[in-house]
Amino acid sequence: MPTATPGVRRRGRRTGIPYVFLAPAVILFLAFFLAPIGYAGYLSLRKVRISGLGLGRGSRTEVFAGLENYRNAVTDSELWSGALRVLGYGALLVPTMLGLALLFALLLDRPRAQLARFSRTAIFLPYAVPAVIASLLWGFLYLPATSPLNDLLVRFGLPEPDLLGTDAVFYAVVNIALWGGVGFNMIVLYTALRAIPPELYESARLDGCSEIQVALRIKIPLLAPALVMTTLFTMIATLQVFSEPMTLAPMTNSISSTWTPLMKIYRDAFATDDRYAAAATSVLVAAITLVLSLGFLRLVQKRAFGQEH
Amino acid sequence: MTRTLGAKILAVALGVSLVAACTSTSNDDPEEPTGPVELTFWSWAPNIEKLVDRWNTDNPETKVTLSKQAGGADIVTKLLTAAKAGNPPDLAQVEYQALPTLVSNDVLADIAEQAKPLKEKFSDGTWRQVTLGTDAVYAVPQDAAPMMLYYRADLFTQYGLTVPGTWEEFAQTARTLRGKTKKHFLTTFSANDPGWFAGLAQQAGANWWGIDGEFWKVTVNDAGTRKVADYWGGLVGEGVVDGKPMYTPEWNKALNDGSLLAWPSAVWAPGVLVGNAPATKGKWAMAPLPQWTAGENRTGNWGGSSTGVTAASKHKAAAVRFATWLNTDAAATTMLVRECAVYPAARDAQSGPALASPPDFFANQADFYPLAKQIADTAAGVTWGPNVNVTYETYQDAFGKAITGRTPFGAAVDAMQTATVDDMRKNGFTIAG
Repeated sequence: MPTATPGVRRRGRRTGIPYVFLAPAVILFLAFFLAPIGYAGYLSLRKVRISGLGLGRGSRTEVFAGLENYRNAVTDSELWSGALRVLGYGALLVPTMLGLALLFALLLDRPRAQLARFSRTAIFLPYAVPAVIASLLWGFLYLPATSPLNDLLVRFGLPEPDLLGTDAVFYAVVNIALWGGVGFNMIVLYTALRAIPPELYESARLDGCSEIQVALRIKIPLLAPALVMTTLFTMIATLQVFSEPMTLAPMTNSISSTWTPLMKIYRDAFATDDRYAAAATSVLVAAITLVLSLGFLRLVQKRAFGQEH
Repeated sequence: MTRTLGAKILAVALGVSLVAACTSTSNDDPEEPTGPVELTFWSWAPNIEKLVDRWNTDNPETKVTLSKQAGGADIVTKLLTAAKAGNPPDLAQVEYQALPTLVSNDVLADIAEQAKPLKEKFSDGTWRQVTLGTDAVYAVPQDAAPMMLYYRADLFTQYGLTVPGTWEEFAQTARTLRGKTKKHFLTTFSANDPGWFAGLAQQAGANWWGIDGEFWKVTVNDAGTRKVADYWGGLVGEGVVDGKPMYTPEWNKALNDGSLLAWPSAVWAPGVLVGNAPATKGKWAMAPLPQWTAGENRTGNWGGSSTGVTAASKHKAAAVRFATWLNTDAAATTMLVRECAVYPAARDAQSGPALASPPDFFANQADFYPLAKQIADTAAGVTWGPNVNVTYETYQDAFGKAITGRTPFGAAVDAMQTATVDDMRKNGFTIAG
């Protein structure tokens, strides 16, 4: 009996207060996350129906469209060629980005690394430059007429490359993303490296390991969780590539308005006023991103976090 | 304690909503109230606030509140959203080609009853853009943008070129120039600027949309457009005209250093050149656009905008009064020219005192504005359709692809037609044929 009373009191308290504390998070989550997603889902099932010339009052109504918008999205070759381009982009970007980030992190983590602090900041700094600004900067460097590189080549009588040409533009965009993203991933990996107990290195060295062997056999395996996380982030960022091609597009004929799936969504929503198609494609892209991310996690989880299970 | 506070808040809230309810009933009155009214106005013209201030001083009973907006396509998206949310402004500046989109979304009102008599103040071509060739009037024209040819007079002399009077001569000039120097192009064909291409096509007699009773006619790939596309496709393919887009850092540099000798553009070009190629001041001259047949006098429009009244406005009559004053009153149009660098659509204003002397950038061409007025009168009118945005987007992608892939431009024009018709069909517009 005496033990029951505090229990009851505790439960009485529990009914109100926690909800009050939770309320801001829950309300924000509902209002700015679930509600927009729900609205996008709703819009994706609607379409416009116009009667006659569409000029009189009330000649435009919104009707239920079923899965029509999804059907149109799935059968749109522009969307898929954009998706394919993004896949190629990811296949090139993710390994290069993580390879470079890992290399820089390992180099900085070397004992007696010189100018470590300066190099770390210098490599990280581009991450602080917004993608739009970075793309404008690089755009000036790419455009033959304004590029100092082309200026030099012409001086030596060499042929001028058009880095925003049909094929080159793909690598031009990858380069911008690489320039902006390596620093961030390097910092994440470097921080994870600093968290590894130094005794491990010490005993490895006593056993006769060279620095390279330490890096390959101790550092990289222990970095696996951090590598998985950075890979996942980079993959998601890849699927969402938008600012760089969008900013470069007005400078060249090589980037169409549907160059990536997100650019197509933007075009549908804001340039051709078809927010219904845009909503359906958004839902599709979100679903694909989710499946790919979860699939990747599942694939690597055992290997990376194996010791935890 | 808390309960009384809550009650107080509730009472105040109720009071406020009651007051609000009262105001809104009086506003809903279809008989436009004669008392003081307040209008909201969206515009992107620089210094337009000076005109609004002037109106407010002279008309204290009709107070206009200005909200500055981003121009072009952005304001259309914003107007669509605001109208959907139920709170659009009373008046908005709108480009001509966006009018049908806004009318079809029920954003703009038909103001024919009040605005019909304004017809004679504008050229037929301009007026057709706000009526879509119907009995309705959807906006009051503000600025006209007839196209003309701008060229570097100094470089033309240097390379011994004469100003081309026909497109055939223009092509010859482009070839002659390339024969003399590999550093320069006569001009560039831009896949980024559909409005520019539309203007060139209008000159050749293109008319992309039309209304025939209860049907839309869509002919984006008509003979005129095809002729223009094939012509430029030939020149780009031949390598005598550049294929790089306009309005890029590269293009700015080309204008500045003379890599491009000519620019078929509109009457507002001096304003662009001042900003993008300041070093070339006084070196340019303006001539009518080359013609398809010698002796003809035709041109098209690249851009231009109007003032529309929204369907949701509760003071339409007052709003039309303001729009009329803004775009046709002598004092107002003088201010439009001087303060906002607008080339007025109203014909009287085109020969008004504000346009007596040439723009600073063209100080050497005394007859700049008299010539511009002559050209403006020859601008072909067109009917814009309800999905110009789709046509324009397709232009950028299809011509970009044609230039990079070195394929004929005719296919790009066909792609524009297909995309336009498909989009209209999908949305349920009735199309003839």
